[in-house]
Amino acid sequence: MSNNFATIHSIQTMGTLDGPGIRYVLFLQGCPFRCLFCHNPDTWNTIGNFSSTRDVEQNKVGFLNKKSVESLVEDVLKYQLFYKASNGGVTVSGGEPLLQIKFLKEFYKELKQYHIHTAIDTCGYVDITDDLKELLEYTDLFLLDIKHLDADKHKLLTGKPNDKVLNFLNFINNKKPIWIRQVLTPNWTMDDEYIDSLIKFLKNYNIEKVELLPYHEMGKEKYKKLGIPYRLKTRIPEKDEVNKIRELFIKNGFDTV
Amino acid sequence: MVSQVIKETSYGYGENDINVSKFIKENVTPYYGDDSFVCGPTERTLKIWAKVSELMKEERLAGVLDADTSTPSSITSHKPGYIDKYNEIIVGLQTDAPLKRAIMPNGGYRMVEASCKAYGLPVDEELKTIYTKYRKTHNDGVFDVYTDEIRRCRHSAILTGLPDAYGRGRIIGDYRRIALYGMDRLIQEKIEDKARLDDKVMNEETIRAREELSEQIRALKDIKTMAMSYDVDISKPAQSFKEAVQFTYFGYLAAIKDQNGAAMSLGRVSSFLDIYSERDLAAGKITEVQAQEIMDDFVIKLRMVRFLRTPEYNELFSGDPVWTTESIGGMALDGSTLVTKNSYRMLQTLINLGPAPEPNMTVLWSNNLPRGFKEYCAKVSIQTSAVQYENDDLMRDYFGDDYAIACCVSPLIIGKEMQFFGARANLAKALLYTINGGVDERTGDQVAEFEPITDEILDYDRVMEKFDKVMDWLAKTYVSALNIIHYMHDKYNYEKAQLALMDSNPVRKLGCGIAGFSVVVDSLSAIKYAKVRPIRDEDGIAKHFDIEGDYPKYGNNDDRVDSIGVDLVNRFMSKIEQYETYRNAIPTQSILTITSNVVYGKKTGDTPDGRLAGVPFSPGANPFNGRDDKGALASLCSVAKLPFKNAKDGISNTFSILPDTLGKTSSEKIYNLVGLMDGYFGNMAQHLNVNVLDRETLEDAMAHPEHYPQLTIRVSGYAVNFVKLTREQQLDVISRTFHEKI
Repeated sequence: MSNNFATIHSIQTMGTLDGPGIRYVLFLQGCPFRCLFCHNPDTWNTIGNFSSTRDVEQNKVGFLNKKSVESLVEDVLKYQLFYKASNGGVTVSGGEPLLQIKFLKEFYKELKQYHIHTAIDTCGYVDITDDLKELLEYTDLFLLDIKHLDADKHKLLTGKPNDKVLNFLNFINNKKPIWIRQVLTPNWTMDDEYIDSLIKFLKNYNIEKVELLPYHEMGKEKYKKLGIPYRLKTRIPEKDEVNKIRELFIKNGFDTV
Repeated sequence: MVSQVIKETSYGYGENDINVSKFIKENVTPYYGDDSFVCGPTERTLKIWAKVSELMKEERLAGVLDADTSTPSSITSHKPGYIDKYNEIIVGLQTDAPLKRAIMPNGGYRMVEASCKAYGLPVDEELKTIYTKYRKTHNDGVFDVYTDEIRRCRHSAILTGLPDAYGRGRIIGDYRRIALYGMDRLIQEKIEDKARLDDKVMNEETIRAREELSEQIRALKDIKTMAMSYDVDISKPAQSFKEAVQFTYFGYLAAIKDQNGAAMSLGRVSSFLDIYSERDLAAGKITEVQAQEIMDDFVIKLRMVRFLRTPEYNELFSGDPVWTTESIGGMALDGSTLVTKNSYRMLQTLINLGPAPEPNMTVLWSNNLPRGFKEYCAKVSIQTSAVQYENDDLMRDYFGDDYAIACCVSPLIIGKEMQFFGARANLAKALLYTINGGVDERTGDQVAEFEPITDEILDYDRVMEKFDKVMDWLAKTYVSALNIIHYMHDKYNYEKAQLALMDSNPVRKLGCGIAGFSVVVDSLSAIKYAKVRPIRDEDGIAKHFDIEGDYPKYGNNDDRVDSIGVDLVNRFMSKIEQYETYRNAIPTQSILTITSNVVYGKKTGDTPDGRLAGVPFSPGANPFNGRDDKGALASLCSVAKLPFKNAKDGISNTFSILPDTLGKTSSEKIYNLVGLMDGYFGNMAQHLNVNVLDRETLEDAMAHPEHYPQLTIRVSGYAVNFVKLTREQQLDVISRTFHEKI
């Protein structure tokens, strides 16, 4: 497939939760992780977006939604006024957008011609390549998910080690603004010890903002539909617990929501 | 900064020139700050509002709290009324008691009688004799002239909501003139205007003008008398902020005592009044707390306006709407802003007294409005869902910088333009008449004669060719009906109080309108891009439509279908423009249904877009409920494409969004809502109703109305107490698209 095409999962023209302002959020298909708490398991597969278990069972190829750079840029420009008026822009999310880095490079290079703010919402599981170095030039903001700081737990939680993620953070640090996102999952990422270590760790980096995302179970339905077992056994965190952690971050000088 | 000009002329600006707009421009103090100066309600205000709220609660349970059914309302018909005489700041009620309704039989006696019967009120026999035997009404006059064809159209509801049995409204008196010039000067001006006609040949036009001016002069004198009954002398210009508010309100009060109009809008008073509050604040005569208190008291009065109407009327326009529309903000032609501290105070009443549908808060949005004001508006919207927005950058080009919105979306130059309100033509039904040869799909009546389309599969070009001819016919019948209505309204129910507060020879607009917009657009798209097969009954009438394949739907920013919408607006406007209008009124049109979309839907059969018989239309220019599935911005962009130049009476769009969809924190939500509106209006859209709420709240309010007495929601050009809507309308509102994140 040419660099000029992306396999996409879906588009949200009015995103307000993935970066500043109103944003065009492009969700790409495919992810290297299999996070236990993931609420979008339908974005995992790299061959396509299976809409139901039956499709999988019948060995049907999922619906491959391909879009060209040109058509996506044209679509973004239709809503340009909204993005500019709100100091918003475009965020590519997923799945894992950096799996389609060649497309991303072309897409953002083109968007920069129109002075549109560009963000990447990533899990950071990527090699430091020339493509990545070039992509950096066209990217204004990274939203980086920290799944877990501990290597073993990271592997249990996502299926992959976290060494690449940490390398990636080191690589982008001080080069581009970084928003760190941490999903707060009871038994995994909410105990005092973990939060302490995370704060200590993040102090070594130039972090513009921290977003704490309380674990929720709204993805459960999708698992059922896709016939994937839901393996995570935990609970939804209480508001108070989340607020306590948020205050800790704020106390330590992080702009935190 | 207090202008010297005011002092020198003692508020009587310009010797022989009534020009409120010029006065504002020369004296207004634009405000660029934020809302930190705004004050909460005083104890006095809360006490009065609690008393009124209690009465409103009683009213909600009873339907009508009280009514005087034996005294036809006029400017001076009733003794002064008070809520709490010694604690009110701004005084004046429509009758001698709060929320007591009056009758206005000049529009039509039948409506009065029906209203009385519906609410178990006594019918005054003497009045009945007078109005059925001796005094002809507007309604009688209209039906003396209506043709059989117009009657058929009315009966089948291809033309509906026509103001032939109720006051047409949509006229805004320039109530500010009383405060600025005092009544004596205004009377004198009208006497001079009449004298200017002394030497003219007494043809029909001159005779009518002289009669109308005499009526106006009498009305102005009556307003003075009414004010005196409250111990307020309005013969000279107002000398303080409180007086300016009071005098302006008396002008409006006279209008609502004289007319039970469909929309009785206030105009654009906030920034005008700000000139007076700035002067009093600078002189230390009032504090900010008092300035807010005066505005709060004014708004309490505006929330209490009531008319006696029939249940049928309520079905069309639910929740006792009055459209006391107040236009706030906007920019002056020289590029400075007309946002003042009093613009904030007006909106702040929604916080101080809690949300309410009236006055109909309308912000004239410009990309250049001060940032602080934009954010304040967004904040109030998020908190109350009671504000609508209209594009000042778009309208200023056509209407200058002293226009106001009448009703929901209709701009009029204040004091210089009036409207002949024309309700709307049901174009969805017109499309069905095209297919069925003028036979009504519900009644089977032959309403008009056309050759039916008998094709097995509908062909786009052929349908368009015939639809065009049906629109020619419909526009002719429609304009004829409106000409009759407005001739008779002028004759039997002339708005003397409001027109007395306007220039003597105003520009008249004929406000036509379209209902069923999205249904027609999607139907034509279905015919063009899918295969639409009419299922006909034994008489050959298409009762249902089978659609094979998908088609692009209006509301998804898809030019294939949006261009059909643009064409429809242009086409129907050109049809209306073909015909002669009463008093040479300039024809305009709106795409606005208010809550009548439910009734229009009820009276229209299955349509080729797949909508089933009886299902409500979407309101105004909104995409059909649930079909705009590409997200909020795509939906907004589709509506923004409709050409205002051919719909200068307004293009209404009602938008509902879940609070969380706007952002994570409250400041993010405000920021993004501002961006949303800057983007939408930057695309040259005209109007946006903004609701920030979730479906669950509405469902809970349906189940427990007593918990939500003040829950306000924007429907289509106006806001309404949700609990006052009919059940059908509540369900319709809940079924509309709520934009949410995926």
